[in-house]
Order: sequence, then structure tokens, then C-alpha cells
Amino acid sequence: MRIVCPFCGERELGEFTYLGDAKPQRPAADAGEDAVYDYVYLRDNVAGVMSEHWYHGGGCRSWLKITRNTLTHEISSVEPAAGVGAAKVGV
Amino acid sequence: MAGVQANRLANGGLIDRSVSLNFRFDGKSFSGFQGDTLASALVANGVKLVGRSFKYHRPRGILTAGSEEPNALVELRNGARREPNTKATTAELYEGLEAASQNRWPSLRHDFMSVNQLFAPIFVAGFYYKTFMWPAKFWEAIYEPAIRRAAGLGRAAGVADPDHYDKAWAHCDVLIAGSGPAGLAAALAAGRSGARVILCEEDFALGGRLLSDGGTIDGMPAAEWISRTLAELAALPDVRLMTRTTLFGVYDGGTYGAIERVNDHLPSPPEHQVRQRLWRIVAKRCVVAAGAIERPIVFAGNDTPGVMMASAMRTYVARYAATPAKRVALFTNNEDGWRTVETALGAGLQIAAVVDARPDVSAAHRSLASKGGFPVLNGSVSAVDGGKDGARKISVSLTGGARAEVEADGLAVSGGWNPAVALTSYHRGRPKWQDDIAAFVPDGAPPGMVAAGAANGAFGLGACLGQGFAAGAQAARDAGRSGKAGSAPVAEDGAFSLTPLWHVAGKGKAFVDQQHDVTASDIELAQREGFESVEHLKRYTTLGMATDQGKGSNVAGLAIMAAVSGKSIPETGTTIYRPPYVPVAIGAFAGHHRDKNFHATRLTPSHHWAAEQGAIFVDTGLWKRAQWYPRAGEKDWLESVTREVKAVRSGVGFCDVSTLGKIDVHGPDAGAFLDRVYINTFSNLAVGKARYGLMLREDGMVYDDGTTSRLAEDHYFLTTTTAKAGPVMQHLEFCRQVLFPELDVQLTSVSDQWAQFSIAGPMTRDLLRELVDPAEDLSNEGFPFMGAREVALRGGIKARLFRISFSGEMAFEISVPARHGDALVRNLTQAGAPFGVTPYGTEALGVMRIEKGHVAGPELSGTTTAADLGLGKMMSTKKDFIGRVMAGREALVAADRQVVVGIKPTDKASRLRSGAHIIPKGETPGPGNDQGYVTSICFSPTLDQWIGLGLVERGRERIGEIVHAHDPLRGEEYDVELCNPVFYDPEGGRQRG
Ligand SMILES: [Zn+2]
Repeated sequence: MRIVCPFCGERELGEFTYLGDAKPQRPAADAGEDAVYDYVYLRDNVAGVMSEHWYHGGGCRSWLKITRNTLTHEISSVEPAAGVGAAKVGV
Repeated sequence: MAGVQANRLANGGLIDRSVSLNFRFDGKSFSGFQGDTLASALVANGVKLVGRSFKYHRPRGILTAGSEEPNALVELRNGARREPNTKATTAELYEGLEAASQNRWPSLRHDFMSVNQLFAPIFVAGFYYKTFMWPAKFWEAIYEPAIRRAAGLGRAAGVADPDHYDKAWAHCDVLIAGSGPAGLAAALAAGRSGARVILCEEDFALGGRLLSDGGTIDGMPAAEWISRTLAELAALPDVRLMTRTTLFGVYDGGTYGAIERVNDHLPSPPEHQVRQRLWRIVAKRCVVAAGAIERPIVFAGNDTPGVMMASAMRTYVARYAATPAKRVALFTNNEDGWRTVETALGAGLQIAAVVDARPDVSAAHRSLASKGGFPVLNGSVSAVDGGKDGARKISVSLTGGARAEVEADGLAVSGGWNPAVALTSYHRGRPKWQDDIAAFVPDGAPPGMVAAGAANGAFGLGACLGQGFAAGAQAARDAGRSGKAGSAPVAEDGAFSLTPLWHVAGKGKAFVDQQHDVTASDIELAQREGFESVEHLKRYTTLGMATDQGKGSNVAGLAIMAAVSGKSIPETGTTIYRPPYVPVAIGAFAGHHRDKNFHATRLTPSHHWAAEQGAIFVDTGLWKRAQWYPRAGEKDWLESVTREVKAVRSGVGFCDVSTLGKIDVHGPDAGAFLDRVYINTFSNLAVGKARYGLMLREDGMVYDDGTTSRLAEDHYFLTTTTAKAGPVMQHLEFCRQVLFPELDVQLTSVSDQWAQFSIAGPMTRDLLRELVDPAEDLSNEGFPFMGAREVALRGGIKARLFRISFSGEMAFEISVPARHGDALVRNLTQAGAPFGVTPYGTEALGVMRIEKGHVAGPELSGTTTAADLGLGKMMSTKKDFIGRVMAGREALVAADRQVVVGIKPTDKASRLRSGAHIIPKGETPGPGNDQGYVTSICFSPTLDQWIGLGLVERGRERIGEIVHAHDPLRGEEYDVELCNPVFYDPEGGRQRG
């Protein structure tokens, strides 16, 4: 498998680490135990197109949100995580 | 005296008769020529018997001339380089080659195990499953060893491989598998278009079937066309032709696996060269021009030496000028088989007869027969008589019911051709049936790949050239190359006609898979017993599971199954195709990553100095760390470690702690960020101070710990454990980039940038004052416990100094840029000499942390909470942090959890061992009363006894209780006392002093 990192270009799978389902959002501090339990433990196991977190540890250390078909390994999009990149000067 | 090559033709062939090569087969000397394979040289020397079969030990000869060979498997080379199951048909001949046949004892001609044939009825399909439903120990002790002696293939060398293997990457626009007419035409078109081309050819010569079958291309003989084409390709700027290289696998994203046999054609690789090289090739497009494999017709005695695929016989005669037989019969069901007759006649061989299963034989062939004086029999071969000396007589069932017999010592067989569909099917592709050629052809292919020529079911020479050229041109365009491909090479297509025929009924064993001794009746039996699905058929009979992976045999097996189950062949279907296409040595996959290079080695900044001191090193992940520093006269590690601990506790010592993970945290939100990833608060840490921190996983379990110092308002310096340096960095980047993108904070891994040493003991300040600029105030007031700041060293180098203690002694950690680490350790030694400074290793470090009750790896096991470690009070209730909510779950705060407690044997002389279970005193050990276990142990020189830490149910409430340590693994039982985990200086006065 090859992944086109938005910063490093097309790179080989071995440079990346897989985390998993990118859909669950970390609940707010006051969301309660059930919401956090769902976030920590419940994951979809999609046969088809799935949004996933990958880490380019062998390259630019960016976390990437990758849309991948788990049946064909076809990657349809690679986006950097929201907080990737330089300091937020003046934001 | 080498053999005389009695079966070598006087002229012709692509061999270099000026280079004679001597070789030995089963101890007998022979000679061949440069350009021979071992198989062709054996043919030239009249050797017909080359092996015994797997199950029945039947005599076997050479069946094919390629990597689909099931029979002619040999042990090649000797000693450490002995390689079993090597195909004689692809092994290139070299001077001094030594090969031995397999599966025979005491000799190939007199094989004791051939008595297995007498018991053949019990060796039917499913034999192993049916016969050995015995207790496991019978299987292991009796049957398996017996079967392994009787069956099986060659013997492995049994010692380490002395050769090197390499791994390499290559990138190209167009990758081409195969150098037959389709492959060369594809390379021409793609190369002329300006594409970067890599062509992989399994053979050592380029040309594919053209080398054996010839033909006319663009009005010139095939050999001339090949040499002109190769010259043109060589002149193109970016066309790489790789011979001895098999494309064996197709992976995601246009990545392909290929194995290059760099030096297999030599006795041993030249110095500093590799034996084989594993290629990972990334290609925008791939043209599979891998050709087709001629398939057998299954009949009784079809494994007799002398029976050979018709195309292979042409190869031996035309390419190698070696004659497998003197009097040849042909059994064919198609037009192509007749080419063998033409080749044999051209070489002056006798043709005994042609047995053609088709009702109509062309007028041209009939006139060839009458000119050549041999009969054309309409029917099929029903049996072959012969044995280890080869075929003698061929029985023919004529259409209409009559029988005939033909005297011949060689029988060429052609059942048609199967396109090589493996590469196109490796992504679970299912080839489709094509009626006119009665064969499976690719039905689509992995993205970016296309089949051309015979691999695509186009068998005519003109069609191969046309398809290959078109595919190469299109692949180049798809890869963005727009040069002119020019015109395609042109040739005529031969006539094509085939009447499917898979199996001729008859008496005697008719083999489908010759390597695994699977017969037609095994397949019929499998069907009767319900193993009709092809995947079941394969596993029940082992059809196609040998080293040739059924290249020649699978389709015939499917056809026989289809016939007995009353289905069509496409309804019966194929099994899943999986790489590798040819066997690939594990050594090639390992490449240079073996022995000491199995993984990278990280050396600490003081490594070379420590090695000079004679330190004993221990592997900690990738790191080599000094474990202890033995001195002359010390009898064991315990004596050395005890000395080191005492030296620190009474004087001063130092230890390289550079392996800790180190992360710079910068930015206005650095403090807020750390508050979210640690259970305790860092935003309120004063500049110039350090604080111990604990991280949880989001599920509430402890993840990692370490000290973090605030070096400036917007700059923290964070340390992790050695083991978690990488994972914590990844986790923190996830928190920063994904969970908290709004925070203005940056992370930089600086683990390798700083050399860090712990200096510990009551004389630490005395030593430091020798190193640090006298202007720096190291007093308790000027540099209090948990202080952290930059200092100048004598000589001007800047260092970071942290007043933190893992040992419980007055201690500092000092860090300097890694390039100064070696100088620092030498200065420490020199400056510390008057104070008796003692280097200590990881063992002494561990002893002192246990004496001090600090948790480490064995307690940070991924199953402990902060409260389990006695650190529950660190959890802030005023902020959110990773793991906060889940850490509050009922079971994680239960009162009866196993928590960290000190443990010491009641008998001071008794040894304590980690892993021992803790049970209540006086009770019989069992899972019901297992209350925990010992996690860390050491011999404490300070307390003069073995002590430890453990995780024990309600441990902190039970201080002083005597419990029982149960250690069934080592057969030890003893009483221990639960105690305060801080064995040494519980008030902490020493580290603050
Ligand atoms: Zn990257």
C-alpha cells in the first residue's frame, strides 16, 4: 500500500502507523461516563469505505485522516489532522 | 572421466560449445556446455531417471523445461549451501556443479521405499486424515517420524546460510513480466514512448518461447529479431532488462515483488556480492506477458521417465541441442503439439507415431507423416509401459474401439496451453473460462495491470506481438508518456485447433499432480466423499500444494472433478491464487536484517567509554545499556552491583540515562497542553522547577511517567521512560494534532540530541562543583530539590541541570548536547577521581529505585491505575485530562484492587523472586485465593536482604501482615511480610539535603 502524504508525497506503507476509526469524537469534559465509554471502546468495523487515523511516524510526524476502502485498500482521500503544522501565531 | 554427451546434437542450439562444464549428479561425473540448465545437460547425457516421487517413490524423469517442473527436483550444492527441491529445469549449469536426487534410499535406481507402491491402496487421498485418528502422542512418536522418513522432499542444509541477500526498491512507469514476443513488443512500445521501463525475465536468456520455437517476425528469423530488439532497447535511455528475475507477487498501490537470482548460476557468490536480491518495484502500470504453460493429458503411466511435455521436448532439442529420446511418439489434442514433430524431424529423430485425439488432422500434417513414414493414429494414449530406464511401449485406444501399440522411448504430450493467470489473479481475481482455447484467461486484473499475449489467451505469434505492443503503448500513455511508439512488429498466427481432452481412462496410476502424487482416482475419490468444492479438493488431495503450486496440474484436476461431478469446468471454478509465483527463500525476505543486524542498535553517548571500562551491556529495546561495571576480583554480577550501590549511597556515582525519551514542548499553550495529558497540573509549575508527572491512557490505566521541567514561560522539557519514548511522542502528537488542535503548542523529539547523566550520592555537589562554572550556585538554597535550569560548565559549554533523584540520594541529572556526552563522561571520571566516583549500570539503578519504592516497567504494566501505584492523590479534580473519566469506573476504584506494596521474606536469608504469587498464610494455593504477585525484586545492600515490590490485594491496608509466597514455576514456598514500599529513607531527607 502507498499513501500520498500531503507534506511528504507518495510514501510506502511501512512509514505509517495505523490507529483506526477516525469518526468517534472525544466527548466534552462533562459528557459523562457512558459517552466516554462509547468513545473509548465502540468502533465500527466497516467493510467498505472508512475514515481512519494514520500517523506518518517515518516522515513528517503528521496525523492524517485517510479515507480508505477496507475491501480494496483503495485510498480516496488523505487530509492532515486539524492541528497539524506550525504554531498558531496570530490565530 | 566425464560423460560423452551421447544425446547432444552435432549442431545447433543456444549453447556455447566452446565452454565445456563438468558437473556431478548423484556422484557420477558428466559434462555439459555454457548455456545448459542442469536438466538439459542431463538430457544431453542420456540421464532419464532423475528422482523418486513423493508418496509412492515411483521413478520419475524430466517433464518440463521451466519453473513448472514437478519431478526433476534436486539437492543442489553441498554443505551449508545445500539447497533442496531445486528445479533442475531452471538451475543453470556451472563448472563443478554438484546435485543429488531426492527421495531415494539407498540409491536412485534401487529405492527401498518403492515398496510403498505395493501398499498404494492405503495411500489414497485423505490418507493422513483417515489413518491417524489416534492419540496425539502416537502421532508424534511413531507416525510422523515414519512418514517424514518415507515421504518428503529434499533435506535442508541444517546450518546457517553463509550467503548474503539484499533488498532493493525500484520505481518505473511500466513494469513488464516476461520477455517473450509479447513482453519484448511491450517493452519496445513503452520504451519508444519515453516510459521508464523495467522488464523481468525468469530465464537467463531473453526471448521466451522464441528461443525454442523460432518463427518469422518482420520478415526475419526470430533470433535476429530478438537481437535487433535488444539492441534497440539497450539504446533507449530508461529501459532496464532484468534476467534471472521472477515477478512473484502483486501488492497494493502498484507495488510488485520480484526475486533476482543474482549469483545462483555460480558455485558461490563472488566476494562482497549477494546470492539473491528481493525487489520491491513500484510501477504506474504493469503488462503481464508471462506466457502460458502447456498442460498434460492424464493417462496411466504418464509419469514414466521419457514422457515429456511436447513444448519441453522442443526446447531441449531446439534450444539445447539435446535429444530426450531417439524414437519419439506424440500424443496431442491440438495443432501446436505437431510443432514438436517438426522440430524432432528437423533434428533427425525418428517419429514412432502421432496419436491425435482430434478427428481431423490437416492435410499438411498428413503429408508430413507420409513423408516421414510414421502413422497418425486417431485416438488417445491409454498406457505407457516402462520403468526407471524410460518408456518402452505406448498403448493407444483408437477411436472406434480398436487398440494399437507403439514402440518408442519418448512420448511428447500436449493437452493445450493454460495462460499464466496467477499474477492477474493475486487480488482475489477469478479467471474466466474461454471455450475456444478450453482454458482460463484473466478476467480483469489488479489496478494498473493488464495481460497480453499468451498470458491473455492469445497464442498466435502475430497476436502476441500485437497485443504486447498495444499494451506497452497504452501503459506508457497511462503513465503520462506521450512519445511515438512507432509500428508494431508483425508476424503470422499459426493455425489453432484443439479438442479438449483431460483424462484417458485406463488401468494403472494416472497422475494429475506428479509432485504430490495425486492421481485421477484420488480426485474421483474426493468427489465421492463429498470434497467437491475446489478448495476442499485441493486440501483433501493436496492437489497443487507442492512447490510447483500446480502450475501444470491444477486445471487438469479441476477438469476431472468437473467431469465426475457432472458440472462444467467454469462451474467447478478455480482455487484462490496467492503469491509467491515461485518459491522465494526466507533469506531473501530477511535480506541483511539477520543476526546482529536483525534490528538497529542504538548506542548511548557514553557507550564507547563504558566499553573501555569493560561494562557488561544489556539490550533495552534497540539500546545497549551498561548493566554493571565488573572489577577485577569480583566473583559475580551481584558483587559488582552491590559495590556500585554502596558507592552511591556513601559517596558519589553516575549513570547514563540518555535513553529516556525527551520532548521539548514549546508554545504559549504548552502548560495547558500538559495539563490535559498528565493527571497532575503543570501550568502552575514555576519556571526553573521540575515535577514528576503521570499519564493515563484514555481507558484510565497508567500509560507512562517521568519528570517534566519548565525551562521558560513557554518551554517545558518532558521526559518519558526508555521503552515508551516513541509511543509517547506519537500519543502526544495525536493529542496535539487531533484532540486539541486549538492549542498553540509544538512538540520536538530531542531524545537523541541530549546526553543525560544521573549523578547521585552525598558527594554529588562536590563533584559537580569541579565541572560547573564556579559562578553557579549549587547550594540547597541556590538550587533546591526539584530545581531545573541551564548552567554553564567550566569551559563554557551550556548544560541543563535538574535536581531530581531516582536513587533517593542527593542527586542531579545533567544534560549536554549529545556530541559532548563522551567528553562529559570522561570529565566526570577525571574530576570525580578524588571522590572515588563510581559508574553504575542499570542493575544498581534498579536496586536503588526498588529500595526507594519507585515504580517502573513491571508496575507500569498497562493494568494498573494511578491509585494502584499509590499515586492516586496526584489526580487533579480541577481539570479534564486524558483518562480521567474512565479511571473513575467502578472496577478501577474498587477497594479490593491489587496495589503496590513492599515485600520482604521473613527469613532474611531467603531469596525473593519476581512472579511469585501471594496467598494468605496457611491456605492452600489456588486461583480462588491468589491475591497478587511479586513484580520487582533485588538484593538490597542497604538492608542486607532480598526485597521487592508487588501488586497485592488491599496491600496498603495490610502493612505488617505475614503472607505466603507461592512460586510453582521454581518450586519455592516461603513466608513474606507486606511492608511500606519505601524501604530506604522514607522521610526523603537524603534527597532534599
Ligand atoms: Zn508526511
